[in-house]
Amino acid sequence: MTAAHPREGTGGPAYGPVRRKEDARFIRGRGTFVDDIQLPGMLHGAILRSPLAHARIVSIDIAAAQAHPKVEAVITGQDLAGRALAWMPTLSQDVQAVLATDKVRFQGQEVAFVVAQDRYAARDALELINVEYEQLPVVIDANRALEDGAPVIRDDVEGRTDNHIFDWEAGDKAATDAVFAAADVVVAQDMLYPRSHPAPLETCGTVADFNPVSGQLTVWSTTQAPHAHRTLYALVAGLPGHKIRIISPDVGGGFGNKVPIYPGYICAVVGSIVTGRPVKWVEDRSENLMSTSFARDYHMHGEIAATRDGRILGLRARVLADHGAFNGAAQPTKFPAGFFHIFTGSYDLQAAHCEVTGVYTNKAPGGVAYSCSFRITEAVYLVERMVDLLAHELGADAGELRMKNLLRPEQFPYTCPTGWEYDSGDYPRALQLAMEIAGYDSLRREQAEKLANGEYMGIGLSFFTEGVGAGPRAHMDVLGLGMADGADLRIHPTGKAVLAISVQTQGQGHETTFAQIVGQELGLPPDDVEVVHGDTDRTPFGLGTYGSRSTPVSGAAAAVVARKVRERARIVASAMLEVSPADLEWENGKWQVRGDPEKARTIAEIAMAAHSALELPDGIEGHLDAETVYNPPNLTYPFGAYICVTDVDPGTGQVSLRRFIAVDDCGVQINPMIVEGQVHGGLADGVGMAMMQVIAFDEDGNCLGGSFMDYLLPTAVECPSWELGETVTPSPHHPIGAKGIGESATVGSPAAIVNSVLDALRPLGVRHADMPLTPANVWSAIQGRPLRTDLAIT
Amino acid sequence: MQVTMTVNGTVYSREVEARLLLIHFLRDSLGLTGSHWGCDTSNCGACVVWLDDTPVKSCTVLAAMADGHRLLTVEGLERGGKLDPVQQGFTECHGLQCGFCTPGMMLTARWLLDHNPDPSPEQIRAALSGQICRCTGYENIVRSVRWAAEHEAAEAGNGIGTGTGTADAAGTGHAAGTGDAAGTGDAAGTGDAAAQEAPA
Repeated sequence: MTAAHPREGTGGPAYGPVRRKEDARFIRGRGTFVDDIQLPGMLHGAILRSPLAHARIVSIDIAAAQAHPKVEAVITGQDLAGRALAWMPTLSQDVQAVLATDKVRFQGQEVAFVVAQDRYAARDALELINVEYEQLPVVIDANRALEDGAPVIRDDVEGRTDNHIFDWEAGDKAATDAVFAAADVVVAQDMLYPRSHPAPLETCGTVADFNPVSGQLTVWSTTQAPHAHRTLYALVAGLPGHKIRIISPDVGGGFGNKVPIYPGYICAVVGSIVTGRPVKWVEDRSENLMSTSFARDYHMHGEIAATRDGRILGLRARVLADHGAFNGAAQPTKFPAGFFHIFTGSYDLQAAHCEVTGVYTNKAPGGVAYSCSFRITEAVYLVERMVDLLAHELGADAGELRMKNLLRPEQFPYTCPTGWEYDSGDYPRALQLAMEIAGYDSLRREQAEKLANGEYMGIGLSFFTEGVGAGPRAHMDVLGLGMADGADLRIHPTGKAVLAISVQTQGQGHETTFAQIVGQELGLPPDDVEVVHGDTDRTPFGLGTYGSRSTPVSGAAAAVVARKVRERARIVASAMLEVSPADLEWENGKWQVRGDPEKARTIAEIAMAAHSALELPDGIEGHLDAETVYNPPNLTYPFGAYICVTDVDPGTGQVSLRRFIAVDDCGVQINPMIVEGQVHGGLADGVGMAMMQVIAFDEDGNCLGGSFMDYLLPTAVECPSWELGETVTPSPHHPIGAKGIGESATVGSPAAIVNSVLDALRPLGVRHADMPLTPANVWSAIQGRPLRTDLAIT
Repeated sequence: MQVTMTVNGTVYSREVEARLLLIHFLRDSLGLTGSHWGCDTSNCGACVVWLDDTPVKSCTVLAAMADGHRLLTVEGLERGGKLDPVQQGFTECHGLQCGFCTPGMMLTARWLLDHNPDPSPEQIRAALSGQICRCTGYENIVRSVRWAAEHEAAEAGNGIGTGTGTADAAGTGHAAGTGDAAGTGDAAGTGDAAAQEAPA
């Protein structure tokens, strides 16, 4: 399908669908993931977890486990308390128990850590630990967490008497109220974006190796942010930062799951310190799903105001945000609700206001961890559902209503009512293209014909705008670490280059695209550029890969550092060609004397000269190498228009996802093959969230999504053959005009799918149903009682 | 207990615990870390290897059950320095991102093409339906397998396949992909449960 929509605006010889450098090792089974690491004398760790969601720990008896012949150490919360490590700071200015000392607060919480000679023995020993619990009342429903008399989950914090975490708001409340008061039409809807889990195929794990002689700690870890982890380890464990080396080898998918530091990592480090040997800890799938960062869990109330003829005027939202037992949301620290307040989306509104209240419940901690662009997923879902509900109310076509209210190209740069400055966009063009690819009008005709025959077909649209690429660091930091990224570029005398970057691929293909960026700037083939990443000893400091920030921030750093090299090369070339630097121009990947292509020097020629006996000009010490830190002036704002076609069997509630059309605009594309792959993967995530995936709980706090038997992920048969198109609207402030793409489809697609199913169900009188739209849920919605999908409370 | 098996053409004998899973035997005992562990419940297929001539989920097969059998893992796909067309296809069509599911996907794809050299996209999806990829959204995996099919046909001088799925019924590949039979571990005993089921 892609071939039908030729790519535009992606000029440059090094850009294009270059095959990935990474593939060579993976297709041969020669990748190196954390669990592939084997060190001499390495031990294996396993975690004993709480079977209860809320209980006081009366006693822990580890004697039998310690007596196991293959056990080397058993560590409890009390042991960690002796090292001031029983609690660790979260990324949201809270603390989280590493190993529980007082009570357990969610099912699956870490209670004890066993270090043994092999992974089977470590598991055996867990069975020998006897923990006596005193069960406490459980709060699972966020709506009940703030009620009087609700059990207080965080009584570890002195003086805390409730489960309230924060209140936060954005926008102009008075102006929004005024717009709503004067509007012809106001539509309101409660909706839940249920708890889900990113579930990368590789779970989280670590190998910690502490050298008691040198004091050096080396940690191989599944982390998307090795430098941030190193600094946090230094702050948490009190170890000197220069003695800590974090290596993030090949990472088997991240999607946000591998941003935080988990208790297991700390336990492995302590295990290595205690035993003096390397310790490997790799969680199993249930541990991954039950204890590491969940995502979403936003209970939202939306209201949209409009004129009778379909001009959208205002939007407001109230959100109850379930953060679980510890506030461990991984997001820029000053933004407790992430970037949710970009919830006005892609529309030209007069006013907007949102309020978010965070609460504790007896569930796993987390909250921002699933390709969500820091809660923009929830924001897009809210506004796109509200626009569809408005169309429903007005009897308007969902496509026409969007087209009428989309921001126009001449409005950019555009400051939205909650303060975000959108850098560039041509929204109507993207929606028009999506509707053309879909054959929108004929789909609507088909829908009407089918309905006449008693068949229920749905056409759902969504339009999204993301803001990705955090910083700027003046506004965005993680625990005081500004969200900027470094890049070092070394040019060997032979003209081969080594680029060291601070972000960490989890499948995005950085080794290829970043080589293309440097190649493009320096006239080098991408094969001549080696990209080093994922090792704090070999790369410059930076905040890592999440929130679609690699290309917007680190990609910019790569371009900037290459341009620094190019400028140094210009000075050397001027000496080589015996002209003034001002007389040189960069043409066809070479510095040439202005207007004289015969007198030109390549980067390779200049690099050799820079190391030669050539008398170098002032300011050039003898190489072309350069370094930089890129602090983005603004986010980049990718956008897109999605259309989903479904067929719904009203007898069974079964949804058949027939077609999915996605038009994305991520600015200039470095490698369109990889961009396409990023979109494909995100669309499958959308299918999962809209139709299958949910981490639900019963009233006792038992996690009902604790394995792939229960937490259903889409396979090849649930996913249609994606139909893609794109437009290219370069970012005006990014050095190469690129925007992020890693999360666009995950952010934008669920709303299109839900809108499609509800479009199909509209003749049956169904107004709304929450995700996931499982057959049972859809069937129940048709019966007039859609399910509360996050709870199994009857 | 002592187990002996032939992995990628090499005979290995090791002393193992009777409970040792085949995936851990391959990874930890033999150091063949190309096969991955992903879920414990036979849902994800990151651990798929061939037991004799059948893809199985090696997280649900005991090493002891593979005693005396032949195994093929991702490390054995490349032969004599020549990549299998499936490996080439995954590179050409961007059929992998993080690379964690890739070995299992390729081994099932290899089995499918051996039994149905010209599978339709729908047949490829069915064959891979017992395996999970979290990165690619599957489209490029389907394209990768088609690429391999077409290039194998071209190399064999059969002309380019059309993906119409005209080959034998095994081409549904469902048994191989889901591992319903293979993954239970029963397959280890018979070695060909999936192959028997496929023509049905």
